[in-house]
Amino acid sequence: MSNVLIVGELKDGELKKISREITSAGRKIADALGGKVTALLIGSGVEKFAGDLGAVGADSIVTVNAGDFNAETWANLVAGVIKDKNPSVVLVPHTSQGKDYSPRVAVKVGAGIVADAVGLSVDGGKVVAKKPIYSGKAYGNFKVTSPIAIFTVRPNSQEVVQKAGAGAAEAASPSAGDAKVKIVSSDLSGGNKVQLAEASIIVSGGRGIKGPENWPVLQGLADVLGAALGASRAAVDAGWISHSHQVGQTGKTVSPNCYIACGISGAIQHLAGMGSSKYIVAINKDGDAPIFKVATYGVVGDLFEVVPALTDEFKKVLG
Amino acid sequence: MKIIVLVKQVPDTETNIKVGDKSINEAGIKWIISPYDEFAIEEGLRLREKNGGEVIAVSLGPDRVQESLRQAYAMGADRAVQIKVDNYVPFDTVLTAELIANFAKAENADIIIGGRQSIDSDSSQVVIQVAEGLGIAHISFAVSLEISGTSVKATKEVEGGTQVVETSLPVAITAQKGLNEPRYPNLKGLMAAKKKPIETKTPADLGNPASKIEVVGLEPPPPRIPGRKLEAADAKGYAEQLVKALREEAKVI
Repeated sequence: MSNVLIVGELKDGELKKISREITSAGRKIADALGGKVTALLIGSGVEKFAGDLGAVGADSIVTVNAGDFNAETWANLVAGVIKDKNPSVVLVPHTSQGKDYSPRVAVKVGAGIVADAVGLSVDGGKVVAKKPIYSGKAYGNFKVTSPIAIFTVRPNSQEVVQKAGAGAAEAASPSAGDAKVKIVSSDLSGGNKVQLAEASIIVSGGRGIKGPENWPVLQGLADVLGAALGASRAAVDAGWISHSHQVGQTGKTVSPNCYIACGISGAIQHLAGMGSSKYIVAINKDGDAPIFKVATYGVVGDLFEVVPALTDEFKKVLG
Repeated sequence: MKIIVLVKQVPDTETNIKVGDKSINEAGIKWIISPYDEFAIEEGLRLREKNGGEVIAVSLGPDRVQESLRQAYAMGADRAVQIKVDNYVPFDTVLTAELIANFAKAENADIIIGGRQSIDSDSSQVVIQVAEGLGIAHISFAVSLEISGTSVKATKEVEGGTQVVETSLPVAITAQKGLNEPRYPNLKGLMAAKKKPIETKTPADLGNPASKIEVVGLEPPPPRIPGRKLEAADAKGYAEQLVKALREEAKVI
Protein backbone atom coordinates (compact mmCIF):
# COMPACT_ATOMS: atom_id res chain seq x y z
CA MET A 1 0.00 0.00 0.00
CA SER A 2 1.25 3.43 -0.91
CA ASN A 3 -0.68 5.94 1.08
CA VAL A 4 -0.47 9.70 0.71
CA LEU A 5 -0.53 12.25 3.51
CA ILE A 6 -1.14 15.88 2.73
CA VAL A 7 -0.52 18.60 5.28
CA GLY A 8 -3.06 21.38 4.85
CA GLU A 9 -2.60 25.00 5.81
CA LEU A 10 -4.92 27.60 7.26
CA LYS A 11 -4.93 31.37 7.25
CA ASP A 12 -6.99 33.30 9.79
CA GLY A 13 -8.97 30.18 10.58
CA GLU A 14 -9.82 29.53 6.93
CA LEU A 15 -8.62 26.74 4.71
CA LYS A 16 -6.08 27.96 2.15
CA LYS A 17 -6.57 27.10 -1.51
CA ILE A 18 -3.23 25.27 -1.53
CA SER A 19 -4.77 22.75 0.91
CA ARG A 20 -7.35 21.79 -1.71
CA GLU A 21 -4.74 21.85 -4.46
CA ILE A 22 -2.48 19.33 -2.73
CA THR A 23 -5.41 17.17 -1.64
CA SER A 24 -6.43 16.83 -5.29
CA ALA A 25 -2.81 16.18 -6.28
CA GLY A 26 -2.57 13.59 -3.50
CA ARG A 27 -5.76 11.90 -4.73
CA LYS A 28 -4.28 11.52 -8.22
CA ILE A 29 -1.08 10.00 -6.81
CA ALA A 30 -2.97 7.67 -4.47
CA ASP A 31 -5.19 6.46 -7.32
CA ALA A 32 -2.11 5.68 -9.40
CA LEU A 33 -0.42 3.88 -6.48
CA GLY A 34 -3.54 2.18 -5.14
CA GLY A 35 -3.55 3.92 -1.78
CA LYS A 36 -5.55 6.21 0.47
CA VAL A 37 -5.31 9.96 1.02
CA THR A 38 -5.15 11.30 4.53
CA ALA A 39 -5.27 15.04 5.06
CA LEU A 40 -3.68 16.49 8.20
CA LEU A 41 -4.90 19.80 9.58
CA ILE A 42 -3.28 21.45 12.58
CA GLY A 43 -5.04 24.22 14.48
CA SER A 44 -8.09 24.80 16.58
CA GLY A 45 -11.55 23.93 15.30
CA VAL A 46 -10.15 22.42 12.12
CA GLU A 47 -12.60 19.47 12.15
CA LYS A 48 -15.09 21.66 10.32
CA PHE A 49 -12.99 21.46 7.15
CA ALA A 50 -13.20 17.65 6.88
CA GLY A 51 -16.04 17.93 4.36
CA ASP A 52 -14.17 20.49 2.25
CA LEU A 53 -11.17 18.22 1.89
CA GLY A 54 -13.32 15.12 1.52
CA ALA A 55 -14.96 16.78 -1.50
CA VAL A 56 -11.61 17.09 -3.27
CA GLY A 57 -10.43 13.57 -2.60
CA ALA A 58 -9.39 13.05 1.03
CA ASP A 59 -10.41 9.63 2.39
CA SER A 60 -9.83 10.73 5.95
CA ILE A 61 -8.86 13.81 7.91
CA VAL A 62 -6.55 13.76 10.89
CA THR A 63 -6.94 16.82 13.08
CA VAL A 64 -4.46 18.01 15.67
CA ASN A 65 -5.46 20.70 18.11
CA ALA A 66 -2.72 23.31 18.43
CA GLY A 67 -2.18 27.02 18.96
CA ASP A 68 -0.18 29.43 16.83
CA PHE A 69 2.29 28.24 14.25
CA ASN A 70 5.80 27.43 15.43
CA ALA A 71 8.10 25.59 13.02
CA GLU A 72 9.63 23.32 15.66
CA THR A 73 6.40 22.14 17.28
CA TRP A 74 4.69 21.82 13.87
CA ALA A 75 7.59 19.66 12.69
CA ASN A 76 7.12 17.42 15.73
CA LEU A 77 3.37 17.16 15.15
CA VAL A 78 3.70 16.39 11.43
CA ALA A 79 6.50 13.87 12.03
CA GLY A 80 4.36 12.25 14.76
CA VAL A 81 1.45 11.76 12.36
CA ILE A 82 3.80 10.45 9.65
CA LYS A 83 5.22 7.88 12.07
CA ASP A 84 1.71 6.84 13.06
CA LYS A 85 0.20 6.68 9.55
CA ASN A 86 3.36 5.58 7.71
CA PRO A 87 2.54 7.15 4.31
CA SER A 88 4.96 6.66 1.43
CA VAL A 89 4.24 10.12 -0.03
CA VAL A 90 3.80 13.37 1.90
CA LEU A 91 2.75 16.64 0.24
CA VAL A 92 3.39 19.94 2.01
CA PRO A 93 2.60 23.48 0.79
CA HIS A 94 5.67 25.37 -0.45
CA THR A 95 4.67 28.41 1.59
CA SER A 96 6.50 30.40 4.31
CA GLN A 97 5.21 27.91 6.87
CA GLY A 98 5.90 24.84 4.77
CA LYS A 99 9.45 25.99 4.08
CA ASP A 100 9.94 26.55 7.81
CA TYR A 101 8.92 23.10 9.15
CA SER A 102 9.31 20.69 6.21
CA PRO A 103 13.14 20.49 6.39
CA ARG A 104 12.91 19.37 10.03
CA VAL A 105 10.22 16.81 9.21
CA ALA A 106 12.36 15.30 6.45
CA VAL A 107 15.29 14.77 8.82
CA LYS A 108 13.07 13.51 11.67
CA VAL A 109 11.49 10.77 9.56
CA GLY A 110 14.58 10.04 7.44
CA ALA A 111 12.89 11.07 4.24
CA GLY A 112 14.25 12.55 1.04
CA ILE A 113 12.57 15.75 0.01
CA VAL A 114 12.06 17.64 -3.23
CA ALA A 115 11.04 21.24 -2.65
CA ASP A 116 8.98 23.58 -4.84
CA ALA A 117 7.45 20.92 -7.09
CA VAL A 118 5.13 22.20 -9.81
CA GLY A 119 4.38 18.83 -11.38
CA LEU A 120 3.72 15.45 -9.77
CA SER A 121 3.37 12.22 -11.72
CA VAL A 122 3.81 8.54 -10.99
CA ASP A 123 6.32 6.30 -12.76
CA GLY A 124 7.15 2.74 -11.76
CA GLY A 125 5.44 3.05 -8.38
CA LYS A 126 7.34 6.24 -7.49
CA VAL A 127 6.37 9.89 -7.66
CA VAL A 128 8.32 12.01 -10.13
CA ALA A 129 8.41 15.65 -9.10
CA LYS A 130 9.05 18.34 -11.67
CA LYS A 131 10.42 21.65 -10.49
CA PRO A 132 11.82 24.81 -12.07
CA ILE A 133 15.57 25.13 -11.50
CA TYR A 134 18.22 27.72 -12.39
CA SER A 135 15.73 30.58 -12.09
CA GLY A 136 13.22 28.86 -14.34
CA LYS A 137 15.75 28.45 -17.16
CA ALA A 138 15.44 24.66 -16.86
CA TYR A 139 13.14 22.10 -15.27
CA GLY A 140 14.29 19.05 -13.34
CA ASN A 141 12.54 15.73 -12.71
CA PHE A 142 13.38 14.01 -9.44
CA LYS A 143 12.46 10.84 -7.55
CA VAL A 144 12.95 10.26 -3.86
CA THR A 145 14.61 6.93 -3.12
CA SER A 146 13.87 6.66 0.64
CA PRO A 147 10.75 4.77 1.83
CA ILE A 148 9.03 8.06 2.68
CA ALA A 149 9.10 10.78 0.01
CA ILE A 150 8.25 14.37 0.90
CA PHE A 151 7.40 17.02 -1.68
CA THR A 152 6.72 20.67 -1.04
CA VAL A 153 4.31 21.88 -3.70
CA ARG A 154 4.17 25.36 -5.19
CA PRO A 155 0.83 27.12 -4.73
CA ASN A 156 -1.28 27.48 -7.91
CA SER A 157 0.58 24.64 -9.60
CA GLN A 158 -2.05 21.92 -8.98
CA GLU A 159 -5.62 21.79 -10.21
CA VAL A 160 -8.41 21.43 -7.66
CA VAL A 161 -10.57 18.50 -8.79
CA GLN A 162 -13.90 17.63 -7.18
CA LYS A 163 -13.74 13.96 -6.29
CA ALA A 164 -15.55 12.58 -3.31
CA GLY A 165 -13.55 10.82 -0.64
CA ALA A 166 -15.04 9.66 2.65
CA GLY A 167 -13.58 12.61 4.54
CA ALA A 168 -13.99 10.89 7.91
CA ALA A 169 -12.43 12.97 10.66
CA GLU A 170 -10.25 11.55 13.37
CA ALA A 171 -8.42 13.46 16.09
CA ALA A 172 -4.79 12.78 16.90
CA SER A 173 -2.57 14.20 19.59
CA PRO A 174 1.07 13.59 18.81
CA SER A 175 3.63 15.23 21.06
CA ALA A 176 4.37 18.84 20.12
CA GLY A 177 7.53 18.93 22.23
CA ASP A 178 9.16 22.16 23.33
CA ALA A 179 10.27 24.88 20.96
CA LYS A 180 13.71 26.40 21.39
CA VAL A 181 12.57 29.53 19.59
CA LYS A 182 9.99 31.71 21.33
CA ILE A 183 7.83 34.14 19.39
CA VAL A 184 7.97 37.49 21.20
CA SER A 185 5.72 39.57 18.95
CA SER A 186 4.20 39.66 15.49
CA ASP A 187 3.59 42.60 13.18
CA LEU A 188 1.33 41.57 10.35
CA SER A 189 0.41 45.06 9.19
CA GLY A 190 2.92 45.38 6.34
CA GLY A 191 1.58 42.67 4.12
CA ASN A 192 -0.83 42.29 1.29
CA LYS A 193 -4.57 41.86 1.65
CA VAL A 194 -4.07 38.91 -0.69
CA GLN A 195 -0.97 36.76 -0.16
CA LEU A 196 1.50 37.35 -2.93
CA ALA A 197 3.11 33.91 -3.19
CA GLU A 198 -0.27 32.18 -3.35
CA ALA A 199 -2.32 34.74 -5.30
CA SER A 200 -3.94 33.57 -8.53
CA ILE A 201 -3.84 37.12 -9.92
CA ILE A 202 -1.06 39.65 -9.26
CA VAL A 203 -0.94 43.30 -10.27
CA SER A 204 2.67 44.42 -10.10
CA GLY A 205 4.41 47.76 -10.50
CA GLY A 206 7.95 48.82 -11.32
CA ARG A 207 9.96 51.93 -11.92
CA GLY A 208 7.25 53.13 -14.31
CA ILE A 209 4.88 53.91 -11.45
CA LYS A 210 7.16 56.86 -10.73
CA GLY A 211 6.59 57.19 -6.98
CA PRO A 212 4.97 55.67 -3.87
CA GLU A 213 1.97 58.00 -4.17
CA ASN A 214 0.86 56.13 -7.30
CA TRP A 215 0.27 52.66 -5.80
CA PRO A 216 -3.48 53.39 -5.45
CA VAL A 217 -3.67 53.27 -9.28
CA LEU A 218 -2.55 49.62 -9.18
CA GLN A 219 -4.30 48.80 -5.90
CA GLY A 220 -7.58 49.90 -7.51
CA LEU A 221 -7.17 47.28 -10.22
CA ALA A 222 -5.96 44.68 -7.70
CA ASP A 223 -9.06 45.26 -5.54
CA VAL A 224 -11.44 44.77 -8.44
CA LEU A 225 -9.70 41.51 -9.38
CA GLY A 226 -9.11 40.24 -5.84
CA ALA A 227 -5.43 40.33 -6.74
CA ALA A 228 -2.25 40.77 -4.70
CA LEU A 229 -0.02 43.78 -5.18
CA GLY A 230 3.54 43.04 -6.32
CA ALA A 231 6.55 45.15 -7.12
CA SER A 232 9.84 44.92 -8.96
CA ARG A 233 13.19 45.29 -7.25
CA ALA A 234 13.55 48.80 -8.73
CA ALA A 235 10.39 49.95 -6.95
CA VAL A 236 11.43 48.31 -3.66
CA ASP A 237 15.00 49.59 -3.77
CA ALA A 238 13.68 53.09 -4.45
CA GLY A 239 11.86 52.79 -1.12
CA TRP A 240 8.40 53.07 -2.70
CA ILE A 241 7.06 49.86 -1.11
CA SER A 242 8.20 47.23 1.41
CA HIS A 243 10.32 44.26 0.42
CA SER A 244 7.47 41.89 1.27
CA HIS A 245 5.90 42.93 -2.06
CA GLN A 246 8.98 42.20 -4.14
CA VAL A 247 8.69 39.62 -6.90
CA GLY A 248 11.90 38.22 -8.35
CA GLN A 249 15.16 36.62 -7.48
CA THR A 250 15.69 38.48 -4.21
CA GLY A 251 11.97 38.62 -3.59
CA LYS A 252 9.16 36.10 -3.91
CA THR A 253 8.72 33.48 -6.58
CA VAL A 254 5.15 33.52 -7.84
CA SER A 255 3.15 31.41 -10.28
CA PRO A 256 -0.23 33.09 -10.63
CA ASN A 257 -2.68 32.36 -13.41
CA CYS A 258 -2.39 35.99 -14.42
CA TYR A 259 0.46 38.45 -13.78
CA ILE A 260 -0.16 42.05 -14.80
CA ALA A 261 3.18 43.87 -15.03
CA CYS A 262 2.77 47.64 -15.04
CA GLY A 263 5.77 49.81 -15.80
CA ILE A 264 8.14 46.86 -15.31
CA SER A 265 10.96 46.51 -17.83
CA GLY A 266 11.50 42.80 -17.11
CA ALA A 267 15.10 42.36 -15.90
CA ILE A 268 16.19 38.73 -15.84
CA GLN A 269 16.07 38.73 -12.03
CA HIS A 270 12.41 39.75 -12.20
CA LEU A 271 11.61 37.13 -14.82
CA ALA A 272 13.22 34.56 -12.51
CA GLY A 273 10.48 35.24 -9.97
CA MET A 274 7.43 35.46 -12.23
CA GLY A 275 8.37 33.72 -15.47
CA SER A 276 6.25 30.67 -14.65
CA SER A 277 3.06 32.75 -14.45
CA LYS A 278 0.50 31.22 -16.77
CA TYR A 279 -0.60 34.42 -18.50
CA ILE A 280 1.44 37.60 -18.42
CA VAL A 281 0.10 41.03 -19.30
CA ALA A 282 2.69 43.77 -19.82
CA ILE A 283 1.79 47.44 -19.84
CA ASN A 284 4.84 49.57 -20.57
CA LYS A 285 5.62 52.72 -22.54
CA ASP A 286 8.83 51.21 -23.91
CA GLY A 287 7.88 48.78 -26.66
CA ASP A 288 11.40 47.31 -26.60
CA ALA A 289 11.28 46.38 -22.88
CA PRO A 290 12.28 42.71 -22.32
CA ILE A 291 9.01 42.05 -20.47
CA PHE A 292 7.27 41.94 -23.87
CA LYS A 293 9.32 38.84 -24.75
CA VAL A 294 7.45 36.84 -22.10
CA ALA A 295 4.12 38.69 -22.20
CA THR A 296 1.06 36.86 -23.48
CA TYR A 297 -0.64 40.22 -24.03
CA GLY A 298 1.43 43.35 -24.48
CA VAL A 299 0.21 46.92 -24.32
CA VAL A 300 2.70 49.60 -25.37
CA GLY A 301 1.19 52.53 -23.55
CA ASP A 302 1.06 54.75 -20.49
CA LEU A 303 0.06 52.75 -17.42
CA PHE A 304 -1.52 55.86 -15.89
CA GLU A 305 -4.07 55.81 -18.72
CA VAL A 306 -4.34 52.08 -19.40
CA VAL A 307 -4.61 50.78 -15.80
CA PRO A 308 -7.52 53.06 -14.75
CA ALA A 309 -9.33 52.23 -18.03
CA LEU A 310 -8.76 48.53 -17.32
CA THR A 311 -10.06 48.92 -13.76
CA ASP A 312 -13.24 50.59 -15.09
CA GLU A 313 -13.73 47.92 -17.74
CA PHE A 314 -13.35 45.07 -15.21
CA LYS A 315 -15.72 46.84 -12.81
CA LYS A 316 -18.29 46.85 -15.60
CA VAL A 317 -18.00 43.17 -16.50
CA LEU A 318 -17.40 41.81 -12.99
CA GLY A 319 -20.17 43.92 -11.47
CA MET B 1 32.15 32.39 18.94
CA LYS B 2 32.48 29.93 16.09
CA ILE B 3 30.43 30.90 13.04
CA ILE B 4 29.99 28.68 10.01
CA VAL B 5 28.79 30.46 6.87
CA LEU B 6 27.47 28.38 4.01
CA VAL B 7 28.64 29.43 0.58
CA LYS B 8 26.93 27.80 -2.39
CA GLN B 9 28.38 28.33 -5.83
CA VAL B 10 25.70 28.75 -8.49
CA PRO B 11 25.55 29.85 -12.14
CA ASP B 12 25.24 33.60 -12.52
CA THR B 13 21.62 34.64 -13.09
CA GLU B 14 22.48 36.08 -16.49
CA THR B 15 24.18 32.85 -17.61
CA ASN B 16 22.58 30.92 -20.40
CA ILE B 17 21.68 27.44 -19.13
CA LYS B 18 22.12 24.49 -21.48
CA VAL B 19 20.41 21.39 -20.25
CA GLY B 20 22.21 18.04 -20.40
CA ASP B 21 20.67 14.69 -19.59
CA LYS B 22 21.02 14.75 -15.79
CA SER B 23 22.91 17.98 -15.23
CA ILE B 24 23.59 21.22 -17.03
CA ASN B 25 26.38 21.76 -19.51
CA GLU B 26 28.95 23.67 -17.48
CA ALA B 27 30.95 24.96 -20.45
CA GLY B 28 30.94 28.75 -20.50
CA ILE B 29 29.10 29.16 -17.20
CA LYS B 30 30.06 32.07 -14.98
CA TRP B 31 29.89 30.97 -11.33
CA ILE B 32 28.95 33.24 -8.45
CA ILE B 33 28.13 32.93 -4.76
CA SER B 34 24.37 32.51 -4.44
CA PRO B 35 23.14 36.06 -3.61
CA TYR B 36 21.46 35.15 -0.32
CA ASP B 37 24.66 33.48 0.88
CA GLU B 38 26.40 36.85 0.50
CA PHE B 39 24.05 38.19 3.17
CA ALA B 40 25.04 35.19 5.31
CA ILE B 41 28.77 35.83 4.89
CA GLU B 42 28.33 39.51 5.73
CA GLU B 43 26.31 38.70 8.84
CA GLY B 44 28.91 36.17 9.97
CA LEU B 45 31.64 38.79 9.63
CA ARG B 46 29.59 41.38 11.53
CA LEU B 47 28.88 38.93 14.34
CA ARG B 48 32.58 38.13 14.63
CA GLU B 49 33.50 41.83 14.57
CA LYS B 50 31.12 42.43 17.46
CA ASN B 51 31.53 39.25 19.49
CA GLY B 52 34.96 37.89 18.53
CA GLY B 53 35.61 34.35 17.38
CA GLU B 54 36.07 33.03 13.89
CA VAL B 55 34.16 32.74 10.63
CA ILE B 56 34.51 29.50 8.70
CA ALA B 57 33.27 29.57 5.10
CA VAL B 58 32.12 26.17 3.87
CA SER B 59 31.28 25.20 0.32
CA LEU B 60 30.31 21.84 -1.15
CA GLY B 61 31.31 20.79 -4.61
CA PRO B 62 34.16 20.16 -7.05
CA ASP B 63 37.35 22.23 -7.09
CA ARG B 64 35.72 25.16 -8.88
CA VAL B 65 33.98 26.09 -5.58
CA GLN B 66 37.38 27.14 -4.24
CA GLU B 67 36.91 30.33 -6.25
CA SER B 68 33.84 31.17 -4.14
CA LEU B 69 35.74 30.30 -0.95
CA ARG B 70 38.52 32.69 -1.98
CA GLN B 71 35.91 35.40 -2.37
CA ALA B 72 34.70 34.64 1.16
CA TYR B 73 38.32 34.91 2.30
CA ALA B 74 38.61 38.25 0.51
CA MET B 75 35.52 39.50 2.34
CA GLY B 76 37.13 38.54 5.65
CA ALA B 77 36.50 34.86 6.50
CA ASP B 78 39.10 33.31 8.82
CA ARG B 79 39.04 29.79 7.44
CA ALA B 80 37.71 28.17 4.27
CA VAL B 81 36.65 24.56 3.94
CA GLN B 82 35.73 22.73 0.76
CA ILE B 83 33.65 19.63 1.21
CA LYS B 84 34.92 17.98 -1.92
CA VAL B 85 32.13 16.28 -3.83
CA ASP B 86 33.10 15.92 -7.48
CA ASN B 87 29.72 14.80 -8.79
CA TYR B 88 27.80 17.24 -6.61
CA VAL B 89 24.05 17.31 -7.26
CA PRO B 90 22.80 20.77 -6.25
CA PHE B 91 19.29 19.44 -5.55
CA ASP B 92 20.28 16.81 -3.00
CA THR B 93 19.44 18.78 0.12
CA VAL B 94 19.35 15.90 2.59
CA LEU B 95 22.83 14.69 1.65
CA THR B 96 24.22 18.24 1.65
CA ALA B 97 22.70 19.01 5.03
CA GLU B 98 24.01 15.81 6.61
CA LEU B 99 27.56 16.54 5.44
CA ILE B 100 27.38 20.09 6.76
CA ALA B 101 25.79 19.02 10.05
CA ASN B 102 28.56 16.48 10.61
CA PHE B 103 31.16 19.13 9.86
CA ALA B 104 29.47 21.65 12.19
CA LYS B 105 29.28 19.04 14.94
CA ALA B 106 33.01 18.31 14.69
CA GLU B 107 33.74 22.05 14.84
CA ASN B 108 31.33 22.57 17.74
CA ALA B 109 29.91 25.62 15.96
CA ASP B 110 27.77 28.20 17.76
CA ILE B 111 26.15 29.66 14.67
CA ILE B 112 25.46 28.25 11.23
CA ILE B 113 24.22 30.80 8.76
CA GLY B 114 23.27 30.46 5.09
CA GLY B 115 21.04 32.14 2.55
CA ARG B 116 17.27 31.67 2.73
CA GLN B 117 17.55 29.68 -0.50
CA SER B 118 20.02 29.11 -3.29
CA ILE B 119 19.13 30.46 -6.71
CA ASP B 120 19.79 27.21 -8.57
CA SER B 121 17.51 24.84 -6.67
CA ASP B 122 15.31 27.32 -4.71
CA SER B 123 14.69 24.63 -2.10
CA SER B 124 14.99 26.55 1.23
CA GLN B 125 15.91 23.29 2.96
CA VAL B 126 19.57 22.84 3.81
CA VAL B 127 20.15 25.23 6.73
CA ILE B 128 17.05 24.09 8.61
CA GLN B 129 17.88 20.44 7.96
CA VAL B 130 21.31 21.13 9.46
CA ALA B 131 19.58 22.59 12.53
CA GLU B 132 17.45 19.48 12.89
CA GLY B 133 20.47 17.22 12.35
CA LEU B 134 22.27 19.02 15.17
CA GLY B 135 19.17 19.27 17.37
CA ILE B 136 19.50 23.05 17.63
CA ALA B 137 17.20 26.04 17.11
CA HIS B 138 16.69 27.68 13.74
CA ILE B 139 15.46 31.07 12.63
CA SER B 140 14.48 31.34 8.98
CA PHE B 141 14.14 34.47 6.82
CA ALA B 142 16.05 36.65 9.33
CA VAL B 143 15.97 40.36 8.52
CA SER B 144 17.72 41.45 11.72
CA LEU B 145 19.86 39.62 14.23
CA GLU B 146 21.30 40.54 17.62
CA ILE B 147 23.44 38.21 19.65
CA SER B 148 24.80 38.99 23.07
CA GLY B 149 26.37 36.31 25.20
CA THR B 150 24.36 33.24 24.36
CA SER B 151 21.05 34.98 23.82
CA VAL B 152 19.73 35.49 20.30
CA LYS B 153 17.08 37.96 19.24
CA ALA B 154 15.96 38.19 15.64
CA THR B 155 13.30 39.63 13.40
CA LYS B 156 12.13 37.20 10.76
CA GLU B 157 9.89 37.60 7.76
CA VAL B 158 6.65 35.64 7.99
CA GLU B 159 3.61 35.56 5.77
CA GLY B 160 2.03 39.00 5.87
CA GLY B 161 4.69 40.70 7.99
CA THR B 162 7.44 40.11 10.53
CA GLN B 163 7.95 38.39 13.87
CA VAL B 164 10.39 39.06 16.69
CA VAL B 165 11.75 35.81 18.09
CA GLU B 166 14.20 34.83 20.81
CA THR B 167 16.35 31.80 21.40
CA SER B 168 19.80 30.93 22.63
CA LEU B 169 22.96 29.61 21.01
CA PRO B 170 23.66 27.39 19.21
CA VAL B 171 21.41 28.45 16.36
CA ALA B 172 21.06 28.08 12.59
CA ILE B 173 19.93 31.13 10.63
CA THR B 174 18.73 31.69 7.10
CA ALA B 175 19.45 35.16 5.76
CA GLN B 176 16.76 37.15 3.99
CA LYS B 177 17.31 40.27 1.91
CA GLY B 178 17.32 43.25 4.27
CA LEU B 179 19.55 41.60 6.88
CA ASN B 180 22.53 43.70 5.77
CA GLU B 181 24.39 45.07 2.75
CA PRO B 182 27.22 42.68 1.83
CA ARG B 183 30.64 44.32 1.61
CA TYR B 184 32.75 44.16 -1.54
CA PRO B 185 36.12 42.50 -1.19
CA ASN B 186 38.90 45.03 -1.80
CA LEU B 187 41.91 44.43 -4.03
CA LYS B 188 44.23 43.81 -1.10
CA GLY B 189 41.81 41.25 0.28
CA LEU B 190 41.53 39.55 -3.09
CA MET B 191 45.32 39.32 -3.46
CA ALA B 192 45.75 37.98 0.07
CA ALA B 193 42.95 35.46 -0.44
CA LYS B 194 44.87 33.82 -3.26
CA LYS B 195 47.53 32.61 -0.86
CA LYS B 196 45.31 31.41 1.96
CA PRO B 197 44.90 27.69 2.53
CA ILE B 198 41.65 25.93 1.70
CA GLU B 199 41.02 22.89 3.88
CA THR B 200 39.32 19.97 2.19
CA LYS B 201 37.03 17.36 3.64
CA THR B 202 35.66 14.36 1.81
CA PRO B 203 32.27 12.73 2.34
CA ALA B 204 34.21 9.84 3.91
CA ASP B 205 35.53 12.27 6.56
CA LEU B 206 31.96 13.32 7.30
CA GLY B 207 30.14 10.04 7.76
CA ASN B 208 29.52 9.22 4.10
CA PRO B 209 25.79 9.95 4.14
CA ALA B 210 23.62 8.44 1.42
CA SER B 211 21.67 10.36 -1.17
CA LYS B 212 17.88 10.10 -1.04
CA ILE B 213 17.26 11.79 -4.38
CA GLU B 214 17.46 10.39 -7.88
CA VAL B 215 17.77 12.84 -10.76
CA VAL B 216 15.47 11.44 -13.45
CA GLY B 217 16.38 14.10 -15.98
CA LEU B 218 16.59 17.77 -16.81
CA GLU B 219 14.65 19.47 -19.57
CA PRO B 220 14.23 22.93 -21.05
CA PRO B 221 11.36 25.02 -19.65
CA PRO B 222 7.95 24.37 -21.19
CA PRO B 223 7.16 26.66 -24.13
CA ARG B 224 5.27 29.82 -23.21
CA ILE B 225 1.84 30.54 -24.62
CA PRO B 226 2.70 32.63 -27.70
CA GLY B 227 2.24 36.31 -26.99
CA ARG B 228 1.08 39.27 -29.01
CA LYS B 229 1.06 43.03 -28.71
CA LEU B 230 -2.40 44.52 -28.77
CA GLU B 231 -3.32 47.41 -31.06
CA ALA B 232 -5.87 50.03 -30.06
CA ALA B 233 -6.62 53.70 -30.60
CA ASP B 234 -6.69 54.66 -26.92
CA ALA B 235 -6.56 53.37 -23.34
CA LYS B 236 -10.22 52.40 -23.39
CA GLY B 237 -9.63 50.36 -26.54
CA TYR B 238 -6.73 48.54 -24.89
CA ALA B 239 -8.80 47.92 -21.77
CA GLU B 240 -11.68 46.41 -23.74
CA GLN B 241 -9.34 44.13 -25.66
CA LEU B 242 -7.49 43.02 -22.54
CA VAL B 243 -10.66 42.22 -20.63
CA LYS B 244 -11.96 40.22 -23.58
CA ALA B 245 -8.65 38.37 -24.01
CA LEU B 246 -8.30 37.51 -20.31
CA ARG B 247 -11.92 36.44 -19.93
CA GLU B 248 -12.72 34.71 -23.20
CA GLU B 249 -9.37 33.52 -24.51
CA ALA B 250 -7.23 32.91 -21.42
CA LYS B 251 -10.27 32.41 -19.14
CA VAL B 252 -8.25 33.44 -16.09
CA ILE B 253 -10.45 36.29 -14.83
